[in-house]
Amino acid sequence: MDLTYTPEEEEFRARLREWLAEVLPSLPPKPSPDDWPGRRAYDLGWQRMLYDAGYAGLHWPVDAGGRGATPTQHLIYLEETEKAGAPYVGANFVGLLHAGPTIASEGTPAQRARWLPPVLRGEEVWCQGFSEPDAGSDLAALRTRAWRDGDDYVVSGSKIWTSHAEVADWCELLVRTDPAAPKHRGISWLAMPMDAPGITVRPLRTLAGSTEFAEVFLDEVRVPVSHRLGAENDGWRVTMVTLSYERGTAFVGEVVACRRVLGEVAREARKNGRWDDPALRRRLGGLNAEFRALWRLTQWNVSEAQRNGGVPGVGGSVFKLRYSHARQELYDAAAEVLGPEALDLGRQWTLDRLSSLSYTIAAGTSQIQHNIVAERILGLPKGR
Amino acid sequence: MDFQLTDDQRALKAGVRELLAGRFGRERLRAAVDEGPRLDRALWRELGEAGFFALRLPEADGGVGLGLPEAVLAFEEAGRVLLPGPLIATHLAAGVVDGAATGETVVTAVDGGGLVEWLAEADVVRGDATGAEPLRPVDPLTPLHRVPVSGGAGLTDVRPVGSTGALPTAPLTSLFTAAEQLGTAARACETAVQHARTREQFGQPIGAFQAVKHLCAQMLVRVELARAAVYAAAVTADPVDIAAARLLADEAAVRGARDCLQVHGGMGFTWESDVHLCLKRAWTRTQRAGTATESEELLAADLVSGVGR
Ligand SMILES: Cc1cc2nc3c(=O)[nH]c(=O)nc-3n(C[C@H](O)[C@H](O)[C@H](O)COP(=O)(O)OP(=O)(O)OC[C@H]3O[C@@H](n4cnc5c(N)ncnc54)[C@H](O)[C@@H]3O)c2cc1C
Repeated sequence: MDLTYTPEEEEFRARLREWLAEVLPSLPPKPSPDDWPGRRAYDLGWQRMLYDAGYAGLHWPVDAGGRGATPTQHLIYLEETEKAGAPYVGANFVGLLHAGPTIASEGTPAQRARWLPPVLRGEEVWCQGFSEPDAGSDLAALRTRAWRDGDDYVVSGSKIWTSHAEVADWCELLVRTDPAAPKHRGISWLAMPMDAPGITVRPLRTLAGSTEFAEVFLDEVRVPVSHRLGAENDGWRVTMVTLSYERGTAFVGEVVACRRVLGEVAREARKNGRWDDPALRRRLGGLNAEFRALWRLTQWNVSEAQRNGGVPGVGGSVFKLRYSHARQELYDAAAEVLGPEALDLGRQWTLDRLSSLSYTIAAGTSQIQHNIVAERILGLPKGR
Repeated sequence: MDFQLTDDQRALKAGVRELLAGRFGRERLRAAVDEGPRLDRALWRELGEAGFFALRLPEADGGVGLGLPEAVLAFEEAGRVLLPGPLIATHLAAGVVDGAATGETVVTAVDGGGLVEWLAEADVVRGDATGAEPLRPVDPLTPLHRVPVSGGAGLTDVRPVGSTGALPTAPLTSLFTAAEQLGTAARACETAVQHARTREQFGQPIGAFQAVKHLCAQMLVRVELARAAVYAAAVTADPVDIAAARLLADEAAVRGARDCLQVHGGMGFTWESDVHLCLKRAWTRTQRAGTATESEELLAADLVSGVGR
């Protein structure tokens, strides 16, 4: 067990730090949270800077245009960018963190060449069209249909909770290509261009007041058969690859952010006198233990992935369960420190407290993660 | 960074597990409960021969010359089998008290909180145990004395040997306690899962019911989080890391044992099942070397001290 970084890793960190210190001051001002085109441009601009500096797709394999960095280097990258206050992955989330890696591992050479470079260069945004009104946790119950018509699929149905749908160029879309097959067997994974005729995006307002996700209606949308990833009706397997990336690495950088916020909350409490309350101190001390341990678990999981050739394990579910809960506890504690001001939407912590409520739901609810841990790690029987 | 067990560490852990399975398996545990708290001197010497107490003593002094991470792995295994005795005090006395390293001498210590384990059976007591009064201990395998507050000073003054010689005794006791809690927590989780797979109700294994499944999953999550924290604290030997590890390991052991009891139903409430032994030992350990409140205060202070990352 070794928690020290190698000289190469430290050098990587130092160079990255230097670069961040150099470029971050020159970034344009952050667009307002509801300016979606502005946010898209901002996030893509940041991605382009990463690309030009050679930091794009660090954790992607080299033959997919990535840097083939080790999981540890990726960890360092996430740690340092967060510490430096660099922009969050934002609108590039799906493309960089799960659609991209899935295409890299399951796509044909032509598909990789078509879709991966624009993600890395900050030219195209992806969204994830998995969930449907009647298929959320029970994802395989999806009903959106795709018929073969010549070289195209014709897709009809609807998707929901699609983050960034309004500004996306592409959608990783799950469709039912064989309605007669058992529900996990008749699914295919398609890359759908979001400007195709027949697509209607209706923004949904979140409880935090923003419109970060949307409902997407599909009315006889034509998607070329060549846009299918993996074999026809083999989409469920491909989906599992996507979900393992989504749960495996997607939250790593955020732990660093939470540790920073926790320190800020403690200092705020010192300023406004709440720190004198021993119950509050104990609560914040307990959260310090929690986030330190979550960081250690991250290092553990990353080291394990590194030994397994970079593939995230089911440990992602263990992590997500505890992390999503801890994040909510953190912002509840922040609210206690703020007192009445916690009711002010002008406070960032209030907004973050609201958005933290999605963490036990999105990317698989806590109940579903518990099932995964119990069945796939502990080997308990599936319920009837 | 390679935060995984090395091959040597894996082998050491497996070796300790094998030794303890042979010498202190379930039968022996139950027999020890029936016999009452008598220290098994032969086992103590065998542990000494295997290097359990001398693990961190430099080779030049006749020790094994390993570090904190290795010791933590050994204590985790001890915690898994609920091995009784003042293991930590004797381990910390290796190189300080004659015969401790080899297991010839059984050493106990007055804890900062005023409790002494195994006072009557120990050959050497470190700290001032004047006026110690016996308790009726909740754990049948941990006899306890309470030292009047005015008396028993803790052991903060004595420097243990080995690579972390600079650390005072209390954080080390806390770290090894956390390791024992981790082992017990893992055992509770495994026991619960095993029972949930085999016990049937309503025509299926109870482990197929989500209410049971989710209890088990939560046990594993607590174990894995505690494991990462405890192993990291063993590597850094940082007092704040140790406090964090201790909090999470106490939680994993105590709540794990309770959930395990719940999964066992009525059987879990009997003397015959081992579950109560896990819970009672876990409770007993929570009183060692500082309370949860102290850990939380230390971790809180770290948040505003400016040195905390
Ligand atoms: C902020 C946000 C962003 C999202 N972004 C996207 C996106 O970009 N693309 C996308 O495809 N989806 C996205 N989602 C959807 C998300 O994946 C689903 O909301 C989630 O999987 C839950 O599905 P559901 O909403 O249909 O809830 P349901 O499945 O209806 O669940 C309702 C409740 O029932 C429980 N439940 C359901 N089944 C079980 C079971 N078997 N055992 C125990 N309890 C169960 C759930 O845990 C939950 O508490 C997003 C969601 C949020 C909140």
